Amino acid sequence: MDNFFGGLTDGVAFGSVYALLAIGLVLAYKTSGVFNIAFGVQAYASGALFYVLHTKHDVNAFVAFIAAVVVMAPLLGIVLDRVLFRFLRGAPEINRLITALGLLVAIPGLVQLKFDQTQATSAKGVVPNGDTVYSWGPAHLTRDQIAIIVAMALVAIGITLLFRYSPLGLRMRAVVESPRMAELAGVNSNRISMASWMLTSFVAGLAGVLLPQITGNQVVDVYYTTLVTAAIVAAVLASLTSVPLAVAAGLGLGVVQEWLNRFLPTNSIVASNIRPGLPFISLFLVLALDPRLRRIRSASDPLAGVDPPPVAAIAATRTRNAARGTRLFWLIAGLGYLYYVMGHGNASVVDDAVRIAIYAILFCSIVVATGLGGQLPLAQATFAGIGGAVSSQLATQQGLSVIVTILIGAGVAAVIGMVMSLPALRLGGIFLTLFTFGFALAFESVFVKFGWVTGGLFPEASPRPAIGPIDFGNDHSFLVMCLVVFGVVATIVVLVRGGTTGRFLSAVRGSETAAASIGISAARARIVTFGLAAGIAGLGGGLLTSYEGHYSATNWQTFIGLFWLVIVVTIGPRTIDGALQAAFVFVLFQKRVLPVWLPWLLNHVQPFWKINALPSAVQFIFFGLGAVTYAKHPEGILEFNKRNAMGTFQRLTHRSQGGNDSTIEGPMSSHGAAAS
Amino acid sequence: MTLFEARDVSKKFAGIMALDNVSIDVNDGEIVGLVGPNGAGKTTFFNCLLGLLKPDGGTITFDGAELSRVPTHRRARIGIGRTFQRIELFSGMSVREHLLVAERARRGDGRLWKDVIGMGRPRPDELARVDAMLELLGLTAEADRPVEMLSLGRARVVELARALMIEPKLLLLDEPSSGLDHAETAEIAEKLREVNRERGTAILIVEHDMPMVRSLVSRVFVLDFGRLIASGSVDEVFDDDAVRKAYIGDNN
Repeated sequence: MDNFFGGLTDGVAFGSVYALLAIGLVLAYKTSGVFNIAFGVQAYASGALFYVLHTKHDVNAFVAFIAAVVVMAPLLGIVLDRVLFRFLRGAPEINRLITALGLLVAIPGLVQLKFDQTQATSAKGVVPNGDTVYSWGPAHLTRDQIAIIVAMALVAIGITLLFRYSPLGLRMRAVVESPRMAELAGVNSNRISMASWMLTSFVAGLAGVLLPQITGNQVVDVYYTTLVTAAIVAAVLASLTSVPLAVAAGLGLGVVQEWLNRFLPTNSIVASNIRPGLPFISLFLVLALDPRLRRIRSASDPLAGVDPPPVAAIAATRTRNAARGTRLFWLIAGLGYLYYVMGHGNASVVDDAVRIAIYAILFCSIVVATGLGGQLPLAQATFAGIGGAVSSQLATQQGLSVIVTILIGAGVAAVIGMVMSLPALRLGGIFLTLFTFGFALAFESVFVKFGWVTGGLFPEASPRPAIGPIDFGNDHSFLVMCLVVFGVVATIVVLVRGGTTGRFLSAVRGSETAAASIGISAARARIVTFGLAAGIAGLGGGLLTSYEGHYSATNWQTFIGLFWLVIVVTIGPRTIDGALQAAFVFVLFQKRVLPVWLPWLLNHVQPFWKINALPSAVQFIFFGLGAVTYAKHPEGILEFNKRNAMGTFQRLTHRSQGGNDSTIEGPMSSHGAAAS
Repeated sequence: MTLFEARDVSKKFAGIMALDNVSIDVNDGEIVGLVGPNGAGKTTFFNCLLGLLKPDGGTITFDGAELSRVPTHRRARIGIGRTFQRIELFSGMSVREHLLVAERARRGDGRLWKDVIGMGRPRPDELARVDAMLELLGLTAEADRPVEMLSLGRARVVELARALMIEPKLLLLDEPSSGLDHAETAEIAEKLREVNRERGTAILIVEHDMPMVRSLVSRVFVLDFGRLIASGSVDEVFDDDAVRKAYIGDNN
């Protein structure tokens, strides 16, 4: 009985954390239209400042609280609104989520430039003598726990009153729905939007300062992100709209988790695998089974019709000569690079080239899912891992040909991708993305730990493939094989994009209702997209596993998958050359920038500006901030620059022929015409 | 011969009866009007008919088949086409691409493996059908323009062309003249007559423009607050004093 009441009180305290974070997610969604997946790292920024002031510099707790929660957090909200999200009002939900993903990746790195979180292990709390225990019969609560419960209750009541009774709450909802319509009704959208972000950031800051008291007094970004991921379950149960439901769901989740901790046996698979993954499994199940979510669609702006048409891909608009010239240039550049790698490159250069080819294949899966399908799946690394695990296990345990096992791995990933998409068929937008996130986290926390899936902690060496007399054990020959596979995958993606499937996917992206009215099944289009993208990811996973010689779970972590997505989206999610160049940049960072160039640079910077940055933090900052450029260039930086370069080229060639610049047809001119 | 028949269709939204035992039928090649004030339930009826909403009661049959378990996209494939009150076009696509997508959907042969082996590109006969439709509806000059650059009137014609590409036996038109001027309304009415005459396509039209309805339809159904309050020939219904006063207006 003590366990029951102890679990209940501890669960309510822990559930209050989930509830507070869930309220923050609901608040952000209701007032800014952003599913703020970066909410946890916003909280982390405030938690880090509070730690530095209060624990490291002994600043009074109240002053440090004011600085971190009342000053810095709203200021961060203003910056996010002014620099990023103001440009995304009226943009599709997915665009806003991608920008938030960029922040999720970048903010921890930025904070760690001046804050060494590895040292932040004994944070002092905001409540004096926070570990003082109060008892009511079998129930015990510490001061810290009571502070979290009270803070959560106050925030919940305040925000409920704001939405229900205040004109500000009404205006916030109006601006989210249609900022232009709100402005026509006399509402200053900019000011309301800024207030929304200040309020959301304030709640994040409050959570950030309170959380370390229940995470072992540590201020570590991963703890914040993990807690927010669990809180997503509560926010989703509240349909991202109801604060009271978010509170109830958060408290319920906390209590159930505490009871499971106390009552489940500690020496079973359930204990070792399922229990820590409970929030992620819950997320997956809630999104798959909750019928209310199937009816939710993001509201469309009634004034969306005044927007100019989206710009076409440059490849579709350039002149024939420009297209030929571009192809010739890249052919020569590619052949030159290959000649150098195959003829003169050392082992490291060959290794770079192999990895670029494999990651280009992996990134093609994102081109299919995001660029072609308009979805934002967060499980591509998981599918790659499935391909790698299946291939490795079949090759080592069953002795099958590695070429065959790689293909089987891709097939298994494709089938799982299609099966996984079935419960998500009626989900749209943000919920579909979260469903894939839940799947990836649940798979990672449960299945990856099974030896029969991944080969255990020390899997057997995964061999290189061979076809008859051709042995791909040599890196040069393996590179040739990877290039051939990439060529095949790229051709398939181009054919699918230009074929019926690509057209149907474009139609479904444009208007699902209209697509259905002419006989196009959005469900089938989604299944095809998920299956093809998962299959390509599985193929890349099999190749990388074979190349590295063993299955490595760290290659396929969910967060790595988010990072891939951020890179591809930043550079160009619609095209094969976007995937190829994303792979090039990714490998360049992993192999050259981080281990060689950056340390050299840091050595020269340190005398002038002392920073604690780890090389990896800089990588995340770079790509994270790259992804936030998506706010202005959803076609990707590569496509944007290609368009500019092509515009210049066409102007120059036209001028040399004595033409008039204003008559040039092209994406820029059409964009301008539409805008006018 | 009856092509489409709705019997006692009901739909309730949070206690409000949007459709109350509504029964409507359309014969082969017939043009039928569905009128009534705003909020009468006309668009709800269309959405039930297309499967976008599930009726709470009643049956809908089309070409002899009961539709209750048929998903929306299948209803389109068996011959029900539709345009929308609030225009639904595929953003980023040109006019020609809209028709090409519809043509592909009509053929129903969009398999992934065909794309993979290079059989997914538009074929000459498909392009010819698209060109013929562009010609029929006077869209040739705008064929390669993005739909976002079209006027409201031209966008409605594109919606009509897209719906016609799937060769529907029954075309549902939801306020096709909404937002159009007199000339554009007359033009779209003429196109509809032409399509009906040359292709034998039956049309069920929801419309507030009474002169247009009078000039097009042979029978009219009148809805009010979700109930069917009158039906019959144009003259019968429009001469009914109660209908004129309440829903059409004395001057029409």
